[in-house]
Amino acid sequence: MISPFSIILSGFLFAAAAPLLQRFTRDRAHVILALYPLLTLLLLINEYGLVVDGPVIRESLSWVPSLGIGLSFALDGLAYFFALIITTIGLLVLLYASAYFKGDQRLPRFYLLFMSFMASMLGLVLADTLITLFVFWELTGVSSYFLIGFNNQRAAARAGALQALLVTGLGGLALLAGFIMLGNIAGSYDLPRIMESSAIIQQSPLYPAILFLLLLGAFTKSAQVPFHFWLPNAMEAPTPVSAYLHSATMVKAGIYLLARLSPALGGTELWHYALSIPGAITMLLGAFLAFGQTDLKRLLAYSTISALGTLTLLLGLYTDDAVKAALIFLFVHSLYKGALFMIAGSVDHESGTRDIRALGGLYLQMPATAAAAVLAALSMAGLPPLLGFISKELLYEAKLQAPVAAPFVTAAGVCANALIVALAAKFVLMTFFGQAHSTPKQPHEAPILMRIGPALLAGFGLIAGLLPDQLASRLIEGAVQAVRPEIAPVHFSLWHGFTDVLILSTLTVGAGIALFRWGGWLLVRGERMRVLASLGPARAYDSLLRGTLRLANALTDAIQDGTLRHYLLLALIFLCVLLGAAAAPLLRHGTLPAMSGIPFHEAATAVLIALGAVTVASSKSRFTAITALGVVGFGVSLIFLFYGAPDLALTQFSIETLSIVLFVLVLPRLPKLLDTSSLSTRIRDALLSSLLGLLVALLVLLGADAHAPSHLQEFFGEYSVPFAHGRNVVNVILVDFRSLDTIGEITVLLVSALGVYALMRSWPGERQ
Amino acid sequence: MKSLIVQTTIRALLPLVLLFSIFLLVRGHNDPGGGFVGGLAASAAITLYAFTFGVEQTRSLLHVRPFILAATGLAIATLSGVFAVPVGLPFLTGLWTPENTPVVGAIGTPLLFDAGVYCAVLGVVLTIVFELMEE
Amino acid sequence: MHILLALVTGILFAGGLYLMLRRSIVKLAFGLALIAQAANLAIFTSSGLVRGEPPIIEAGGMRLAAVSSDPVPQALILTAIVIGFALLAFVIVLIKRAAWIVGTDDLDDLRNVDRTAT
Repeated sequence: MISPFSIILSGFLFAAAAPLLQRFTRDRAHVILALYPLLTLLLLINEYGLVVDGPVIRESLSWVPSLGIGLSFALDGLAYFFALIITTIGLLVLLYASAYFKGDQRLPRFYLLFMSFMASMLGLVLADTLITLFVFWELTGVSSYFLIGFNNQRAAARAGALQALLVTGLGGLALLAGFIMLGNIAGSYDLPRIMESSAIIQQSPLYPAILFLLLLGAFTKSAQVPFHFWLPNAMEAPTPVSAYLHSATMVKAGIYLLARLSPALGGTELWHYALSIPGAITMLLGAFLAFGQTDLKRLLAYSTISALGTLTLLLGLYTDDAVKAALIFLFVHSLYKGALFMIAGSVDHESGTRDIRALGGLYLQMPATAAAAVLAALSMAGLPPLLGFISKELLYEAKLQAPVAAPFVTAAGVCANALIVALAAKFVLMTFFGQAHSTPKQPHEAPILMRIGPALLAGFGLIAGLLPDQLASRLIEGAVQAVRPEIAPVHFSLWHGFTDVLILSTLTVGAGIALFRWGGWLLVRGERMRVLASLGPARAYDSLLRGTLRLANALTDAIQDGTLRHYLLLALIFLCVLLGAAAAPLLRHGTLPAMSGIPFHEAATAVLIALGAVTVASSKSRFTAITALGVVGFGVSLIFLFYGAPDLALTQFSIETLSIVLFVLVLPRLPKLLDTSSLSTRIRDALLSSLLGLLVALLVLLGADAHAPSHLQEFFGEYSVPFAHGRNVVNVILVDFRSLDTIGEITVLLVSALGVYALMRSWPGERQ
Repeated sequence: MKSLIVQTTIRALLPLVLLFSIFLLVRGHNDPGGGFVGGLAASAAITLYAFTFGVEQTRSLLHVRPFILAATGLAIATLSGVFAVPVGLPFLTGLWTPENTPVVGAIGTPLLFDAGVYCAVLGVVLTIVFELMEE
Repeated sequence: MHILLALVTGILFAGGLYLMLRRSIVKLAFGLALIAQAANLAIFTSSGLVRGEPPIIEAGGMRLAAVSSDPVPQALILTAIVIGFALLAFVIVLIKRAAWIVGTDDLDDLRNVDRTAT
């Protein structure tokens, strides 16, 4: 029996061990690391029959039981489908990367991040509760941040990484909010419970809000317009990263989420429009923008955006056919796009450029890579007998039967697909055929490990196209069943007969070739559109980012100007308000005690203290101030003595003596007291301090008024002698009942002495 | 303060005040006093001595550096709590001799704790005062 | 006496705050010292005043007399006094050092020093 949790955990263990492995195996860590996706893949294949037909494998660990949050995983058809893609492509890209980065000092870091990402991605698709899903969702975001910014010496890479993190992170926050609302309505974060609560969720008044928040999360992750701009900028990532994250896995996470939650949320009118419209726009805009690209990777990135739009559109239609078409298209796209990204990387690696204008005729030097590229591009263009053809047929079928605006959806699909055909032609023909250009490096064939991945992925597209029923239909069926359990068995075949779908396919290919051949005018327009597009959401992102920073600066400058007095002033005014609010209701009930019956010596002491305080505050002579401070201290110790606190009186008395000694020692070196503030400032401060003093006096009075006999006094009074053998209760508290506190206090004393010692001694230049 | 009278007085007074401070410490459990007060009284006396005879002479009189004294005090206080642990009681629980111990009455670990406080306070105050005087 | 001590506490507090709002760093230290006294007195006064009955059990007695001062705030204040002294010592030394290094006792100038240093 396969255990999802151990798979994910061992993925992270492999990741943690990667840097050490790389050292101990002398740069051959990939051999061991590749075992992880390989073994997982074998385990998955071993469970094929069980998962696709049988019961769902579930696993649950207690995590935060008080909040009803568990760490649960489930392996059903949909998770199986994604896990298969993640491990297969992960394995191939890992091997590819080991050759791509050969000799690079940063390989250990790459392996660490790459393996963590793989494990996080597996966790995401295997999660069985919303919270678990969210945690892994964010983990993919974080590891992708480091992977995109892998070339951290480049400012563009750092900016691209930050942009991806901020955009998807923002979506992640929205997602969390949506999840929590969803969990509250369904009464549980467990996915099966949420699926059961579908009716309650869709009738809830919060349904539109939930859908909006979840879509925000899914759209940012899966680069839907208007959040698409981060994906091309993420092309700063090393190509293996793009091949893995930005074609097959992470960008599909949003699609996965939509598919996963569609049984609970999908099928409403709102769902149709909220997914179809952005999906269609993304599909068209992505393909259109891709057409104007000259950088191989950016071209692929924009075409990926288009494919993601198609997937969103299909899930928005949410018919049986549409879901089926979405999943097969996702599968096909992962195959060919992963291959093409790796091929782009190989070309870049071996020729030194990936600018399409500087490339050409490479098939002579790189025949194997070129062959893989042709196969992958044919699948992308949707030509028979590749799997891409079958997927496109299904796609058109689904679009023709769209429940809403079928003609429009179909027309949009044809346009986008024609552009995709042209893109596929452009990618292969301009890179590998036509006239050869001189490139920065003398091109030669890529090393074997960099050829395996593209060859296998592209080759599988061909074989699966020839044998679709044997290789793909059960897999897709299992995945679709997880979303739509009542669906009829899925069958694929290359030949559907002469249907309107075939006409559309032919039309698409014809239009695509025409576009490639005579599409120059569109290219010119495309160039202009690209400028326009970069003015859109990307500009908005930039100004938002800059605006936030500026606001933070302005706020910091306004509130924290570095002047202690201003901080104090602000805090004190706030304190005034708080104290005033606290004192106001008490004042109505409290009665002021009478001033009478105060013995003369006590009253005289009180007056002395008050006079001392005023003198300290107003004196311009340091000597007077210190003397007055002493008067205050000794006065207070007298008060302690009068009111039954001989220990306090003794302590205060000794401390006052020592304080005076201290001041006398420092006095000659203390700066003189000068009035530096203006009279108005002084009056303002005096008024504020007096007000606060008055408030404090009131609170003290009210506190004394409301003072109830303390239970502590009773407790200590009763147990002091029998338990602690002491009659001086204050001392008993200090050294016995609360001695741990006292240890803390003498530690503070030691720290302050250490501070004094360090300040006096460790300054260079004054003392030897 | 180099006056002979003052010097003689202080010299005579110092042992007396130190003795008094220890008296304060010991009786603190039953009457006003205790480690804090005792330590402060002792440091006041030694500070006075330092004013009269200078820091150098006071340091040599003390034999230990004040900060070491303070650290020792903290260690003693902490250690006094450890005795309870082998007996199976929580850290810092007071342990006592029988009530009728001759001459001193009951004594226990809290007294040791208070002695630790005494040393810590004395050490801290002297550290501060000496540092400032030596400048 | 409550009302008188409450007033005294208020005055100590006001004086301390006023000093802390000054530009001179020495006044800041004086202000801190006054506020430490004010805080102790505030706790002492608001926990109830009992004249001349220390929380000490008479010899041979088993429990504290019904009428006596509350020992808990006293224990709190006792350590607060000693810690207040240590804090004051540290602040004074810090001020001395800062004024010596920077050559000013004006808090506004100290801030500018900080600005130019970064």
